Amino acid sequence: MATAAITQERQNYLNQSYGIKSWLLTTDHKRIALLYLASITFFFFIGGFFALLIRLELLTPAGDLVLADTYNKLFSMHGQVMIFFFLIPSIPAVLGNFLVPLMIGAKDLAFPRINLLSWYLYIIAGLMYIHCMLTGGVDTGWTFYTPFSTAFSNTKVVEAGLAIFVAGFSSILTGLNFVVTIHRMRAPGMTWTRLPLFIWAHYATSIIQLLGTPVLAVTLVLVVLERAFHLGIFDPSRGGDPLLFQHLFWFYSHPAVYIMILPAMGVVTEIVPCFSRKRVFGYSFVAMSSIAIAVLGFLVWAHHMFVAGISLYSAMVFSMLSYLVAVPSAIKVFNWTATMYKGSITFSTPMLYAFGFIGLFTMGGLTGLFLACLGIDPHVHDTYFVIAHFHYIMVGGAVMGYLGGMHFWWPKISGRLYPEGWGRLAALIVFVGFNLTFFPQFILGYLGMPRRYWDYSHSPEFQVLNVLSTAGASVLGVGYVLPMVYFLWSMRYGKLAPDNPWNAAGLEWQTTSPPPTFNFEETPVVNFEAYDYEHIPEPEVAVER
Amino acid sequence: MFESFPLWPARASTTAAQVDALYIFLVCLSTVMSVAIFTLILVFAAKYRRREGVKAEQIEGSNKLEITWSVFPLLIFMVIFFWGMIIYFHERTPPHDATEVYVVAKQWMWKLQHEEGQREINQLHVPVGRDVKLIMTSQDVIHSFFVPAFRIKQDVLPGRYTTLWFRATQPGTYHLFCSQYCGTLHSEMVGQIVVMEPAQYQAWLAGGTPGAPLAETGATLFQQLGCSTCHRSDTQGRGPDLAGVFGRKVLLEDGRTVIADDDYIRESILAPSAKVVAGFKPIMPVFQGLVSEEQLNALVAYVKSLGQPEKGERPGIPATVQPPQPKVQ
Repeated sequence: MATAAITQERQNYLNQSYGIKSWLLTTDHKRIALLYLASITFFFFIGGFFALLIRLELLTPAGDLVLADTYNKLFSMHGQVMIFFFLIPSIPAVLGNFLVPLMIGAKDLAFPRINLLSWYLYIIAGLMYIHCMLTGGVDTGWTFYTPFSTAFSNTKVVEAGLAIFVAGFSSILTGLNFVVTIHRMRAPGMTWTRLPLFIWAHYATSIIQLLGTPVLAVTLVLVVLERAFHLGIFDPSRGGDPLLFQHLFWFYSHPAVYIMILPAMGVVTEIVPCFSRKRVFGYSFVAMSSIAIAVLGFLVWAHHMFVAGISLYSAMVFSMLSYLVAVPSAIKVFNWTATMYKGSITFSTPMLYAFGFIGLFTMGGLTGLFLACLGIDPHVHDTYFVIAHFHYIMVGGAVMGYLGGMHFWWPKISGRLYPEGWGRLAALIVFVGFNLTFFPQFILGYLGMPRRYWDYSHSPEFQVLNVLSTAGASVLGVGYVLPMVYFLWSMRYGKLAPDNPWNAAGLEWQTTSPPPTFNFEETPVVNFEAYDYEHIPEPEVAVER
Repeated sequence: MFESFPLWPARASTTAAQVDALYIFLVCLSTVMSVAIFTLILVFAAKYRRREGVKAEQIEGSNKLEITWSVFPLLIFMVIFFWGMIIYFHERTPPHDATEVYVVAKQWMWKLQHEEGQREINQLHVPVGRDVKLIMTSQDVIHSFFVPAFRIKQDVLPGRYTTLWFRATQPGTYHLFCSQYCGTLHSEMVGQIVVMEPAQYQAWLAGGTPGAPLAETGATLFQQLGCSTCHRSDTQGRGPDLAGVFGRKVLLEDGRTVIADDDYIRESILAPSAKVVAGFKPIMPVFQGLVSEEQLNALVAYVKSLGQPEKGERPGIPATVQPPQPKVQ
């Protein structure tokens, strides 16, 4: 209990209580964050294993490693696992869960039990999806396009759809919890303009989760109904409209990209000022650009459908709106860069990831301009160009942000320091491996290699670039395994972390590492702005060697 | 220069050059923008790295800069948008006198029917310099007709027609890919576009298995299926006379008008009661499931051929076709 006798070791959320029950029934947002961390890491390595098999198959033009049906399941399940069971929960459910209450000076989220329910829904969804994978898997692509999914696929479409349906509710509840918490639980003095931009990013993300995910849920239910009960909704042979599915699907799934990238932008916006020892350049523009992305992100979905059979004029409107959403993203990149100007910069692991993020996100964003362009998209649509583009955003962007954040807050989460040298090495390996994997795919795509091809023996000219990509993927794999190894190692052998190892601004650094169960000994009062680095001394021992 | 390491596929259609020009512009623009940002970051990282005794200078921000780097990118984006739009509109508006080829996609092959009667599977022969319009439909799931050398792509949907057009400029054999995932052998749903000099093409036409022209096949079907008993040119028919209907506006029983295009003819055969012509009763039997996609294409081609205005003089805004002898309204 909270009033238990003071032991030699400081009480914190980790040693507050022991035993499996104290974890499975916890309502502490920090423990739930760790539950999520373990679960999404598990799914990340499953998805990564599928990716490895895909890259190995594409090493040679012939379809010679796995059967065609197996390959189709591999890329379908790679996408579904990575998106619904790793990327969407990644930063919000792990770092967001851990940090949102800490950053605003609250004891917990507004609805601690609903937070635990979110995790259980995620686990139920995960078990359903694992069951689906073990009993045959699904081969619809992550997109479930109709009428293939509802009338032609012989795989476990209903099972996969229902698993993702349940996972969606986990996401909705997390978003709901964040919105209410950010509105109602801020510490005295923590006004909206003093909020860390990580919070603004999560606020924008939560709104998308709340408004977008129900549409996905409805769409998946319709797919299940058509497949199981032969209702004519999407299948033209039953009087349905296959394009209706695409509209509904992308109405969620385009904003879903922002569910993945906005939190990563929030992470980078914390890291860059800390390691530049400067306030963020243009705070209000960075905050408002998150909201603008969330709002405009809902108005661009049909840019996934320029060759699907929509009218000329709707294509025109959606192309123009897609360029509008690029503006707030550009604003963020410029502001991060400007934040470094006249700073006092050090190059610890989180900062290296932030550099990586800015570079890769910039390239992902710029290639997005190609895809939003009505003149280019018909050629590169459904080719490896698209694959490369969205991996630059989701892996180069979201995963780099996630890893950067994990390193930045690891001392707070675990109370231990990770080995800095290994951290930097891994960041470098990830960056190199990533570019080697995905840059060649831009060229492959423009040359015309379609996505989701198991066999390209009719066009062997694509092989060289595929070999490069596969080589890169193996480097990238090493880069991802390393942090897992040294994070685990550091939990036992790492140096004890001070409360604020980076001398960073933000309430989460004012409490102990790891924090006590209710976060703060007494509720903090905020009378300073976010990123008040002018009044925070630089770290005594420079992290720089 | 790039023969051993090409950066783009062969450029074999009029569209290809337009798309490549915009692509190269975008590549240059992106390179300039990313090099500028990366250089700034590297310069800042080097110049402002932590030094003893030097403190960071706190800067709040600058509205001027924020507006500059919002408005300038937006202006550039709008240039890209308009440039792209022009190409897209060109690419999606087939010339009126284009030769029509019907395409039926199915898991996992392409079936093509020429106006002249030639049928091909996974191959399309076309002459250099002729505008070719593809009228495409699918028998099962969604496919996508993609010819990298022409820089064109269009999804092929079940239950409706989508169109695509091109004018080949270089003789050669080019990849045809299905680019919309369509099941097990998606990656085997590939074919070839064979672009030939006009003379060679004529030789190919003459040498192939002779088949009746598509419209003629359609005419035979029109008789066999009994369509002609009602759709007659005299005024006694229980169905509307189809002569000259194609491409015109048709007044419907419920007061709406539709253009009698490929999709309308198709729908009227498969589900006749959906849009009944004014003055007629919904008595036509449903042909859904009774005619194959290829037969349907032949029928559409036949209806199209009936008293169609001479190519080239087709009016821009089609006149409304009045129903024959309107009965009591």
